[in-house]
Amino acid sequence: MQDTDHLGRPVVVVTGTGLVTSLGQGKDANWAALTAGKSGIHRITRFPVTGMKTTMAGTIDFIPVPELSAPALSERLAELVIEEAVAEASIGAPGDFPGPLFLALPPVEMEWTQRLALAAESGANETVVYNDLLRAAGTGDHRRYYERFLFGSVGENLAARFGTKGSPIATSTACASGGTAIQLGVEAIRRGETETALVVGTDASVNPESLIRFSLLSALSTRNDVPEKASRPFSKDRDGFIMSEGAGALVLESLAHARARGATIVGVVEGCGEAADGFHRTRSSPDGKPIIACMRNALADAGLSPDQIGYINAHGTSTPENDKMEWTGVSAVFGERASSIPISSNKSMIGHTLTAAGAIEAIFTLLTLRHGLLPPTINYDTPDPAVPVDCVPNVARPAKVAHAISNSFGFGGQNVCLVIGAAE
Amino acid sequence: MPHDRDAVITGIGLISCLGEGVDAHWAALHDFAPVIDDTAFPGYRLHPMAELALDKHISKREQRQMEPWQRFGTYAAGAALEAAGVKGNTELLSQMHMIVAAGGGERDYDADAAIMSGLPKAADPDAYLNEHLLSDLRPTLFLAQLSNLLAGNISLVHGVVGSSRTFMGEEASGADAIRIACARIGAGQGDLFLVGGSYNAQRPDGLLQYEMGRLLWKQPFAGIWDRQAAGGGILLGSLGCFLVVESRSHATARGATALARIASVASDRCRRGPNEATANARKQLAALDGTYEAASAAVISGASGAHAATTEEHALLTEIGLPVRAGATAFGHSLEPAFIANIALAAMAVSHGTLFPPLDSAEKPMDAPLRDALVTGWGHWRGEALAHVTTP
Repeated sequence: MQDTDHLGRPVVVVTGTGLVTSLGQGKDANWAALTAGKSGIHRITRFPVTGMKTTMAGTIDFIPVPELSAPALSERLAELVIEEAVAEASIGAPGDFPGPLFLALPPVEMEWTQRLALAAESGANETVVYNDLLRAAGTGDHRRYYERFLFGSVGENLAARFGTKGSPIATSTACASGGTAIQLGVEAIRRGETETALVVGTDASVNPESLIRFSLLSALSTRNDVPEKASRPFSKDRDGFIMSEGAGALVLESLAHARARGATIVGVVEGCGEAADGFHRTRSSPDGKPIIACMRNALADAGLSPDQIGYINAHGTSTPENDKMEWTGVSAVFGERASSIPISSNKSMIGHTLTAAGAIEAIFTLLTLRHGLLPPTINYDTPDPAVPVDCVPNVARPAKVAHAISNSFGFGGQNVCLVIGAAE
Repeated sequence: MPHDRDAVITGIGLISCLGEGVDAHWAALHDFAPVIDDTAFPGYRLHPMAELALDKHISKREQRQMEPWQRFGTYAAGAALEAAGVKGNTELLSQMHMIVAAGGGERDYDADAAIMSGLPKAADPDAYLNEHLLSDLRPTLFLAQLSNLLAGNISLVHGVVGSSRTFMGEEASGADAIRIACARIGAGQGDLFLVGGSYNAQRPDGLLQYEMGRLLWKQPFAGIWDRQAAGGGILLGSLGCFLVVESRSHATARGATALARIASVASDRCRRGPNEATANARKQLAALDGTYEAASAAVISGASGAHAATTEEHALLTEIGLPVRAGATAFGHSLEPAFIANIALAAMAVSHGTLFPPLDSAEKPMDAPLRDALVTGWGHWRGEALAHVTTP
């Protein structure tokens, strides 16, 4: 492998990864479960689900945090996966990572626990309005809440803990955020600003309000009876996605830098493509144009033709709309090969990890190439004639793949596609 | 020496309590009178948004899908695109990269109040919460709240679809948005960018966030520096600001006029131990040594008014000795778009070749012609940024 790519830019490699999902902690445990076709989706026990239409999720309940909130658990998950990734990469010194931090983070907002605590403190009797909360906030000491619910505090805390360099960037492009964070890191290395970058996508935002918000958009599966069978990408009877939690971290490095320090190369980020969709707030353009452009941009960035791609890690959310649109995009880009190229969805097992999905699924794609084993799409019982994909149904399949694509499409029309290559 | 890959500003969309557009702002800065609302939230003061003719840049149908934060941003983005001569140009818009600095959108405050009032009396509080969220939340409100949906609205309303990224994290997100855009232009990773954000100060949850930090200025109006003797504090301001930033070669090729050049943007962070922020700023300033003449330079400060950061920055700026203007005195502190709005003030000033008059008793007049503006962006809590804005 040469140090520069087809456009003379530094080749960007991955030298360490870390994972936590509802399947477990660590990439080994995750890979074993994922390739065994296990599901991490379960009935929600974190909070009462009385009256809810969807009562399951891929929550992470095995990692305790004091004063649970979405940013608190998101930050904790990020810490765990960064530790794993940095240890594998064996880079820098503890608390001294030699590059910037790019973080995919869910939007931050004060939650009901804190809102109700302030309401109680206000001592208001019959009705409680925001003026009462303001009064309570102005009397007690609530600096802890204030810091927790700044949008900048997760990134700041991670940057301080791991000693990353410069201003940490926290990005949100909805369900494409993880891909955007990787792209930001790749671009910084290609510009020569840094030899290495730490990328993490994290999301732990399953709480009553967020679940209900997605539910009100009719985006979630309601197949509550057997939660592990609810996420069924590409099946005719798919009925929505499953909200899930997780985090994935990657150490990105220029190949020259990795080689010079004798690092083991996990894989290559060969190309990134993005395109925005101006059609609708939650739906893709019916002609699939932005999805197609996004995949083509990534292939062009990688200097590869569609024929050279051996596997697609699908966005594959299990919503009726997404999976159909993804097929439209794939068939336009891959033509006759579209129905024979393996395309599987990790979300059939881990659910939709939202902000973290792009990072987690990029790591699963790297592991796919490294192990020569395609993870399955589980719960594929009823093929959809309108989506005739080879989704690696139900059982993992050995295959040697040199180049793969990982797709991420977000609400708000933000799409990212990554081309991942195997280490030589 | 002009370079093809210089980052130049070719359009500014700016709305605040001072009005709409660069001309209205320039005029207001020369005849400064603070615009304050002290009645909407009793006991609190803020800078409210000027009245906007929203229909000019957002159809009525689309306005109904948004709350004020998204309307301010989508409107300012439309104004910037129009100023740059890009609005409606499908070919350019399809190649335009967007970086938005965003917080989150408004909540349904009445629905929240009903739940806060009823839940403590409910027999089963958890069931009560679920039941009321299910019945009271409007499905579309979620889309008015998500951080990345300001960018989503701009794609939808204005057709900016080359790419779309949203950065979060108060003041630093705005600084990093413009830093990344300029770095990508410099490295040939894009030619045409739309960068900006918006903030709605007229919402109780925003006031609540900063009241929990005990950071708000509640006394009668005083400028950013003047209020420090009484403990300092933030006056939040509603604001929307977007810039069209492009490579010089791209601007030249399409015949667009460059208002100013962003010669550099740097950003960093620290834990804000004693003088740590100053040390970051000194490094950023040292990197600009020899790139401007002190006699024709001024500082546009992003100081928020929050006491610790503002007094530390003031000490450093006093030592440097350049004329200083704090943008937040004029239009309040707006978190995410604040740095970008101050770059807009800097661009206006260098394009006029003069600095506007002092806004505060600590600021000194500047009679000499202005060529260079240093824009500081110290977050009220974290993040230190510095941009150098100069003539094109």
